[in-house]
Amino acid sequence: MPVTDPVHEAVNAVYLSDSRRVLATLIRLLGDFDVAEEALHDAFRAALEQWPRDGVPTNPRAWLVSTGRFKAIDSLRRRSRFDALDEAGDQAEIAVVDTAAWADEESVEDDRLRLIFTCCHPALAPDAQVALTLREVCGLTTEEIAQAFLTPAPTLAQRIVRAKAKIRDARIPYEVPTRAALPERLDAVLRVIYLVFNEGYAASSGTLVTRHDLSAEAIRLGRLLVDLLPEPEARGLLALMLLHESRRAARTSASGDVILLDDQDRSLWNRDQIAEGTRLVEGALASRGFGPYTIQAAIAAVHADASTAAATDWAEIVGLYDVLLRADASPVIELNRAVAVAMRDGPAAGLALIDAILQRGDLLDYRLAHAARAELCRRLGRTVDARASYERALALARQEPERRLLERRLAELL
Amino acid sequence: MKYLCLVYLEEEKLRAVPDRECMACGDGFRKSGLLVAAEALQPVETATTVRVRNGKVSITDGPFAETKEQLAGFYLIEARDLNDAIQVASKIPPAREGSIEVRPVRQLDLQ
Repeated sequence: MPVTDPVHEAVNAVYLSDSRRVLATLIRLLGDFDVAEEALHDAFRAALEQWPRDGVPTNPRAWLVSTGRFKAIDSLRRRSRFDALDEAGDQAEIAVVDTAAWADEESVEDDRLRLIFTCCHPALAPDAQVALTLREVCGLTTEEIAQAFLTPAPTLAQRIVRAKAKIRDARIPYEVPTRAALPERLDAVLRVIYLVFNEGYAASSGTLVTRHDLSAEAIRLGRLLVDLLPEPEARGLLALMLLHESRRAARTSASGDVILLDDQDRSLWNRDQIAEGTRLVEGALASRGFGPYTIQAAIAAVHADASTAAATDWAEIVGLYDVLLRADASPVIELNRAVAVAMRDGPAAGLALIDAILQRGDLLDYRLAHAARAELCRRLGRTVDARASYERALALARQEPERRLLERRLAELL
Repeated sequence: MKYLCLVYLEEEKLRAVPDRECMACGDGFRKSGLLVAAEALQPVETATTVRVRNGKVSITDGPFAETKEQLAGFYLIEARDLNDAIQVASKIPPAREGSIEVRPVRQLDLQ
């Protein structure tokens, strides 16, 4: 449609700024995702018809909620699906009487949180949580999500249909978790957001543009969550994403090759994102209840603070990894700590730690463990060991830019 | 002596037997004093598995998948929604050792 006339532009602007809020409230009022989505479309269709004639209402969002709700009740009645959906019908009836329930700002913001927590409910499969969140909370189309995750669109659509069916049939409630359940439920939400971010940040395959959009979408989600629920770990995750994102321009060459942190042109780092990320980390660290995301963000902030790779405060980073290991012990974090120890105390100290992890049988199939081992062996002049580890890493690496990096390193050993 | 009769069906045959017939069967059993409780279940896609390990509740989508685990008992509970059902399920002692599959009961469709 042509967007030249001001009313259409207004409708489009409201769609962009408010359609997800309206949907979140309609789901609460109508008690069903599909019914609410249809109501949302009907409401916007009505806006396109009526606003040019009657003018843009003073509170477009409230107008859309109330119009969508009436349209939904109307169509439920008309299709005489009232029996099958009498619960949705009952809730809708109540909503007609209770105008205050959807009008106030606070309950509308709560609806957005309800939607996030419902989409990220742990009783849904992890890939379904991601798909549903991007679809319902971010408003991406099924095709966009499918493209970004390199999944056939029908598969993704099926995932979303199943998730919605489970929400309805198993009666997953549309609510913000209680205080007691919050930490665990928030973890699930943060995991979904970080997964979306990494999917975009890793840029493993697919078109770079699409994947970059995923990172931007994750940061938008992270911001929304911090606005709605400023828990320390929510702030920590947003900080972590911003601090990683700040290096985007510096981490790949014009030809698409990976540039490691040490070799990056730090003048390309995004200072605004670093400043915002650092501020968020400081706030999160100062509060009680911060966790792994905040600590990882603090590590990223130490890197961001160093004007050159050589100026990095490795002692501080090792200390933060110690804290992280206590909060969230894992072999991968041990590996990262070992690399930091190598930077602080020399390659031999780091290599001993990595060998201890591998001898334990951990990370044997983790390419970065072998790449890190190779790097330290190379620095120690142990060329034969370095070559063996680079080759092991190469055999495990699947991403093209990473393979090229490892091949370059191997060639340099000669 | 009480006996639990478990109904197994392939997914595509879930609707092969009319609900009306099952309802009539249940009514007949009840009249004869044979029936303690009977319910139809939602399909397996609606299942949620609850486990408790080291005092921590873990929730996953889908039915239990450990082939060594066998059906050892059941609790038919009344709960407001899935969150409440999970809460109750996590208090069932074998949740610490095995897993509890939480499956919603389905209303029989008598139309």
